[in-house]
Amino acid sequence: MYEFKFSRPATVRQAANLLAKTEDAKLVAGGHTLIPVLKQRLAKPTHLIDLSRIEGLDAIEMKGRSLVIGAMARHASVANSAAVGEAIPALARLAGMIGDPAVRHMGTIGGSIANNDPTADYPAACLALDATIVTNKRKIKSDDFFKGLFETALGPDEVISRVQFPLAKRAAYVKFRNQASRYALVGVFVAKRPSEVRVAVTGAGASGVFRVKSFEEALKKRFSPKSLAGLTVPADGLNGDLHGSAEYRAHLIGVLAARAVEEANA
Amino acid sequence: MAKISITVNGSTTAANVDPRLLLVQFLRENLRLTGTHVGCDTSQCGACVVHLNGQAVKSCTVLTVMADGGSVTTIEGLAPDGAPLHPMQEAFRQNHGLQCGFCTPGMIMTAVDMVNRKGHDIDEHTIREELEGNLCRCTGYHNIVKSISAGAKAMANSA
Repeated sequence: MYEFKFSRPATVRQAANLLAKTEDAKLVAGGHTLIPVLKQRLAKPTHLIDLSRIEGLDAIEMKGRSLVIGAMARHASVANSAAVGEAIPALARLAGMIGDPAVRHMGTIGGSIANNDPTADYPAACLALDATIVTNKRKIKSDDFFKGLFETALGPDEVISRVQFPLAKRAAYVKFRNQASRYALVGVFVAKRPSEVRVAVTGAGASGVFRVKSFEEALKKRFSPKSLAGLTVPADGLNGDLHGSAEYRAHLIGVLAARAVEEANA
Repeated sequence: MAKISITVNGSTTAANVDPRLLLVQFLRENLRLTGTHVGCDTSQCGACVVHLNGQAVKSCTVLTVMADGGSVTTIEGLAPDGAPLHPMQEAFRQNHGLQCGFCTPGMIMTAVDMVNRKGHDIDEHTIREELEGNLCRCTGYHNIVKSISAGAKAMANSA
């Protein structure tokens, strides 16, 4: 690791101020992506701003018809939260599938979506559930938030404070893991909402998480795995690597989407 | 440098550390608690698992400054005087749950955390799922799973 200074602000406002006035500062939440990156000297922040001691930033609660999860909520907290389990059980299950138990004790939802790793699980949930990302400055719809590989709409001095998930009628997430890394080779989150169906895919897209509109339209007519029969996703724009070709990933999207619909209906 | 204060195995240590110092380095090099191992150094193998504020974490992926004010338990903290062993340690001994022993401290810390969260009657499938983040290159896991199952029950009797 290169040398850096370390601060631990008590409020989101303090964190944002520090971020604004310090050149090359970085926020650290659970650190489970950032610390490995620092070890490899792939990043050289002059300053780390630790969000872990900001009171209330890890809160999980129902507000009106939305489930609101604080940016610093750890994966284990979301997985075990009674509120999440009741409101959006698919989201609790997704959180329980991230990494391993020790990783889930540290990793956070805010860190995951701010990083927008193309194989991360949470971005698929946000996009499929039409979540709103709330920062110190504004509210950003998921459709506008995830911009590409490790890219988001976040400005240089913007801090995520929480994520609002509107309740879905039915939802499920199915992940096909890379057998070595256990990251999503492909993951599909399907959500049946009052007015629409959304299908979001992680792990496969060359530009990160994306929606499959053709699947959504077919599932809106009838929310059944049968609605997806004969539908395919083009391999163009998908990742191909030693773990699986773009064609294989395209095939998996169809298979996993059908499984997710089946699970959501179960 | 950053001033920190951490309680490790019940005793509180104040230190002035480089913010880059990993928790595992602090434990091993500053406190000479070398029971916690560095295997992969990439948060995959779990040889460095300790409990931070009562939860299993990979200490190779936690900065010491992030643990400031916290409480850490290492493998040395399970059986403070070396004997008698913690029931989970004893179960690993009885069930031949180790060969070279390198992964064992992390396995045992993960196992104790697993029992704390999942209870004393954990089935084999759950144990294997929960061991996702701990690699052993000797045993093929079979005896580790047996050890954890036995250790979980023994912990109920000793509690």
